[in-house]
Amino acid sequence: MTAQSTGQVAGAGTTKRAFLELDELKVSFQTEDGIVRAVDGVSFALERGRTMAIVGESGSGKSVTSQAIMGLHSRRAAKISGHAWVDGVDIVTAPEADIRALRGTQMAMIFQDPLSSLHPFYTVGKQLVEAVQAHGEVPKAEARRRAVTMLDRVGIPNAARRVDDYPHSFSGGMRQRAMIAMALINNPALLIADEPTTALDVTVQAQILELIRELQVEYNMAIVLITHDLGVVAESADDVTVMYGGRVVERGGVDEIFSRPSMPYTWGLMSSVPDMEADRGKRLEPIPGQPPSLINLPKGCVFRPRCAYAQHVPDGRCDTERPDLTPVDEGHDARCFLTLDQKRTLAVKAPGTEEVA
Amino acid sequence: MTTPNLTDAGPRGASTPVGDVVLRVRGLQKYFPIQSSFLRRTIGQVKAVENIDLDVHAGETVGLVGESGCGKSTTGRTMLRLLDPTGGSIEIDGRDVTHLSMRQMVPVRRSAQMIFQDPYSSLNPRHTIGKIISSPWEVQGVNPEGGVKKSVQELMARVGLNPEHYNRFPAEFSGGQRQRIGIARALALRPKLIVCDEPVSALDVSIQAQVLNLLEDLQNEFNLAYVFIAHDLSVVRHIADRIAVMYLGRVMEITDSDSLYRSPRHPYTKALLSAIPLPHPSMRGQRERIVLTGDLPSPSNPPSGCVFRTRCWKAQDRCATEIPPLSEVSPGTSVACHFPEPAKEPVSFTPPQA
Repeated sequence: MTAQSTGQVAGAGTTKRAFLELDELKVSFQTEDGIVRAVDGVSFALERGRTMAIVGESGSGKSVTSQAIMGLHSRRAAKISGHAWVDGVDIVTAPEADIRALRGTQMAMIFQDPLSSLHPFYTVGKQLVEAVQAHGEVPKAEARRRAVTMLDRVGIPNAARRVDDYPHSFSGGMRQRAMIAMALINNPALLIADEPTTALDVTVQAQILELIRELQVEYNMAIVLITHDLGVVAESADDVTVMYGGRVVERGGVDEIFSRPSMPYTWGLMSSVPDMEADRGKRLEPIPGQPPSLINLPKGCVFRPRCAYAQHVPDGRCDTERPDLTPVDEGHDARCFLTLDQKRTLAVKAPGTEEVA
Repeated sequence: MTTPNLTDAGPRGASTPVGDVVLRVRGLQKYFPIQSSFLRRTIGQVKAVENIDLDVHAGETVGLVGESGCGKSTTGRTMLRLLDPTGGSIEIDGRDVTHLSMRQMVPVRRSAQMIFQDPYSSLNPRHTIGKIISSPWEVQGVNPEGGVKKSVQELMARVGLNPEHYNRFPAEFSGGQRQRIGIARALALRPKLIVCDEPVSALDVSIQAQVLNLLEDLQNEFNLAYVFIAHDLSVVRHIADRIAVMYLGRVMEITDSDSLYRSPRHPYTKALLSAIPLPHPSMRGQRERIVLTGDLPSPSNPPSGCVFRTRCWKAQDRCATEIPPLSEVSPGTSVACHFPEPAKEPVSFTPPQA
């Protein structure tokens, strides 16, 4: 297990770094139209056993962030700066061979679309065996035994028989389970789940989220959960990072974020979803307009063009100056010029919290 | 089989206007043949839609919900004759359209239109927005008052698009804007009924809310009837007046939205609702979650009796032998179950007899 030893040696030399730590991570792509600043300075820390949800719309940079953590960006196409430490190894600067060794054993990823992440030409078993053998000298029979055990663990009925089936004969929920089995077969310490349940029905979603929670406890995994579904966040996350236009606009503990959301974009997200607990006739309050182009970000606050609260900030600061992430409370930061008082009084309530002020 | 609550409007909120029946479906069936790869002989049938009765009134939204593969999209398409029904009858705006030819269907389509899920594949990339939105007029040979361009631009403004973008192509628009183009096209003929097949599921949440509000405004303005097909239960609850829950091609329960969420009567509805994530972290663990084991049975070989019995925790011997009919358990609520859940208060009308 060269991967783990590299990780631990590098980790030992640094002072108390979190298991996963991002420090001013930036990813940009050069295109014909200009430079796309997909991720523009993201920082957070995550320990094993905890779940960080990254919330945002398409184009907010949440998937690009997760791909950077996995070291999946081509260094030729993407310009990456800042740091992304996984167990002490900085993915941004580490040699490709070291990152490859980390992938699978220390970190793994599950995707939204299980059909396109499984190879249609090989049986599920063969793909699992390959995942085991890629990271060590494991005899084929032993690898196959582990494949069956893992499939059984993720709840595939008749695992010993289904291991020889092709992905197309699995249902959507079973494919997602098979992909989770493949990601977890080498017992990774960090799992990145990019919209893991978006393509699934609610009943299957509930099963998969429950499964991920169980496996998290069993393997003491750190989980980065990328989603746009606030209900999934409310159920599964410990901490929340809200992203907009490639930056973190708010972050904090899940209870804090839902009880006291502190910036207009987060408010907009919360008032955009129909509230199952509220009166049915209540009109939704969407965020007007559309997400910004990452090539031509607005001057000043990136959310300014869609923000209904800018008139509360004096001197048109929102138009000219980029706000910093400033503390709202301990462990809770927001990127907004509104004063603390304004953040409290203007706040929109999260769904399901009619009584919470 | 007719059930009284489906033919009558039943007791409903005062906010919902009860209008004429614009869509009446009886015993609708849609089977797809399974052919052998060699001789193309039919060796079986996928029973995608089985025996659906439904009335949709002017100004009303009826939601069709269920898991993928339950037949809700096929139902929507068959209702508009985009697919030919295997059995049953379809009446649109008082006219029996079950056996009309495609040519005979053309005038019927003035009163019934569709909005599709994928705003990328449902718009021709080589046509301008103006051409896309005006194409229904062209097909129908209609000359809108004030000219085509002016009328298209009025529609564009109505759905929240910039009328100056008349000559642009779909590729220049975002997903939410494309969905607005699809809505404008569906509105062009001032239809009475629009079947919306997952109209917001491809959109980001903030854009989703914009489109839902637009659909509501248009309904109020034009007294439109919607058949709203979606898998997102919170969206359906928000927009629909009545909801039909489908499972394996059949309607398991149909009732008004508030009753459905307050007091689901079919075990499947109950399980489906219990799977929705609770909206606030402080509510974690507060709901008893009913986990359905196993996957959806194959619609080519559905279970005998009640199709849900293989995953139902209340199933008994009777469920395997006898198909439960969709029958009224309280005014406005029909359930296809031998052992429906008891109704929860507040119930302002007579208690169920089942």
